[in-house]
Amino acid sequence: MIYQTTVDHQTYRFEDLKTLLAKASPARSGDELAGLSAGSAEERMAAKIALADVPLKRFLEEALIPYEQDDVTRLIMDGHDNLAFTPISHLTVGDFRNWLLLDSTDSTVLSAVSSGITPEMAAAVSKLMRNQDLILVAKKCQVITRFRNTIGLPGHLSVRLQPNHPTDDLQGIAASMLDGLLYGAGDAVVGINPASDSLSTLTPLWEMMDELRQHFEIPMQTCVLTHVTTQIKAIEKGVPVDLVFQSIAGTQKTNESFGVTLSMLHEANEAARSLRRGTLGDNVMYFETGQGSALSASAHHGVDQQTCEARAYAVARAFKPLLTNTVVGFIGPEYLYDGKQIIRAGLEDHFCAKLLGVPMGCDVCYTNHAEADQDDMDTLMTLLGVAGLTYIMGIPGADDIMLNYQSTSFHDGLYLRSVLDLRRAPEFEAWLTRMSIAEPSGKLREISAGHQLLRALPHLPGAA
Amino acid sequence: MSTANPTLVQSNPWDELRTHTSARIALGRVGSSLPTTELLRFGLAHAQARDAVHHPLDIDTLKTQLHSRGFRTLHVHSKAADRHQYLLRPDYGRVLDSASREQLMAEAPAPELAIVIADGLSSFAASSHAVPLLELLKERFDTDWSQTPVVIAEQARVALGDEIGELLKAQLVIVLIGERPGLTSPDSLGLYITYQPRRGRMDSERNCISNVRPEGLPYPLAVYKLDYLIKKALQLQITGVNLKDNSVLPLLQSTPTA
Repeated sequence: MIYQTTVDHQTYRFEDLKTLLAKASPARSGDELAGLSAGSAEERMAAKIALADVPLKRFLEEALIPYEQDDVTRLIMDGHDNLAFTPISHLTVGDFRNWLLLDSTDSTVLSAVSSGITPEMAAAVSKLMRNQDLILVAKKCQVITRFRNTIGLPGHLSVRLQPNHPTDDLQGIAASMLDGLLYGAGDAVVGINPASDSLSTLTPLWEMMDELRQHFEIPMQTCVLTHVTTQIKAIEKGVPVDLVFQSIAGTQKTNESFGVTLSMLHEANEAARSLRRGTLGDNVMYFETGQGSALSASAHHGVDQQTCEARAYAVARAFKPLLTNTVVGFIGPEYLYDGKQIIRAGLEDHFCAKLLGVPMGCDVCYTNHAEADQDDMDTLMTLLGVAGLTYIMGIPGADDIMLNYQSTSFHDGLYLRSVLDLRRAPEFEAWLTRMSIAEPSGKLREISAGHQLLRALPHLPGAA
Repeated sequence: MSTANPTLVQSNPWDELRTHTSARIALGRVGSSLPTTELLRFGLAHAQARDAVHHPLDIDTLKTQLHSRGFRTLHVHSKAADRHQYLLRPDYGRVLDSASREQLMAEAPAPELAIVIADGLSSFAASSHAVPLLELLKERFDTDWSQTPVVIAEQARVALGDEIGELLKAQLVIVLIGERPGLTSPDSLGLYITYQPRRGRMDSERNCISNVRPEGLPYPLAVYKLDYLIKKALQLQITGVNLKDNSVLPLLQSTPTA
């Protein structure tokens, strides 16, 4: 189907829906690299104007990637909830934006329509929205999940403690982990990105984290972010696995490039749930995503990177994860060139995920070859904090010595709590009070050298 | 860096944990925030990493150093005209510009190896570590070094070595390239080995030795591994996922850093 609009006697034609979406996207280097972006500023606006007139129903009729070729398309189409879609089924994309911004469209209304919204509808409306629209609507969406604590309550922000070490040194990881806990971080998850992928190296990491958690009765969950098949093997061997992690994307071919299929994710979800390790809930999956992964795998099918990313959230929501986050600036400047593009992408990703009912956090980050710095991260984390972000990363000094990029720190988490009055997961915050790490108000206390957590390190497994 | 007024900063009594990791732990705080000293330390590290990405490779110095050690050098440029284009178009960094292609087509074939020293994402890595590494390799691996071309490549990605090696008819190309800098490692060098290089080789058809620098994988260890992989690759006529790095380093591991 042809989409078109006329601006001052100039008619712009867009040959199909995916072309229209790509040309309507705010400028970013990845779409330019793929040769998909608008040729001029006017063409971009013409595409937005044409997109505003497209009925939401059209997205159920015109698949961006053929149903027969792609299991993510099949997941989206087969899983669409027509009943939930009814209240918005008469709207165009332009009126969908108007409807989302109404005061009467509150958390309850948004939860009710969530399963009737496809990722393509979410991506489409985001392309018409300004940053403040993305913030305002995302803030109205509530997605609450549970494992050993409660994540995503309004007025709350969690932190993933990321204690990576370049050689997976047990003591080094434990040192960063203690540092984070003493800074009040870790209520989302303590999650290690390992350098190794061998089960014999990874098993002690799971065991060390679990021992520390049990010894101090910490209401939190842990994760080793290795390939899903390795985690399934670990579960089979009786290793204490709380959350199962996997990187996912919005096309079948991209997921295949990660060595992942939807059935593998089902298997992992079942395996982790069968352990019944969660005390408050059984959200056991943890996913990471990021714009540009489909193009990077030559698996984008001519679909723009933000729409591909939104499709990854359809994969995520099918598994009711505890946590999902975009790793927004990690991929490099050929996909998101500078601070402006990274900030826009972070807000889009958070909005689309929340609208679809995914518990969305963000690795607010950049690499040293991107035109960005810590000031840009301050801007993005503050905007996302206002938008009701589920969690950020907590990395010692924001410097990941294993993955060689900059993210957010334990201090950054404290900053957001301070300026936006955001609390930790309630069970975790109660633990911090019991341990004399924080006041009941959430403010950190002074930690003495004799604190019981500090006495733990020499007794860890593997300690010399 | 200046010493902070101790009455303003809430220090952390777990400094000793720093012996276990180079992560930025026990930084202390002022209110909820980072003390000025730590803010400046981070800023300096980021500045050095940025400079590593954007500082042009000093070709003349590199050439002089290589010539004085008896290496034959060539100088090429990728299709990426400048750093801005290099960062936005990774595909351009993987092919030669037309002048460089013509130049290499007219060159004598490589006797066995072709070496590429590439700026990559850290010119500091290439200019600091490539020459000492090649000197050690020359001592360890026997080939016609006087005729082996050492190609200095600007605005280059790893795969540029495929076209260079193909045009020079090398059996094996070794690309020494600046890796994406981290805050604690602005000058990490990566070594990539590709058997029968030609355009279109996939990353799974190469072997890689990463994080080469005195504070990471020191020169003697890196060269030990490199020599092992070169010999295995020539013997088995393959590189990539099917060529495992089974080099054992029991003696060298206790060697102090170079």
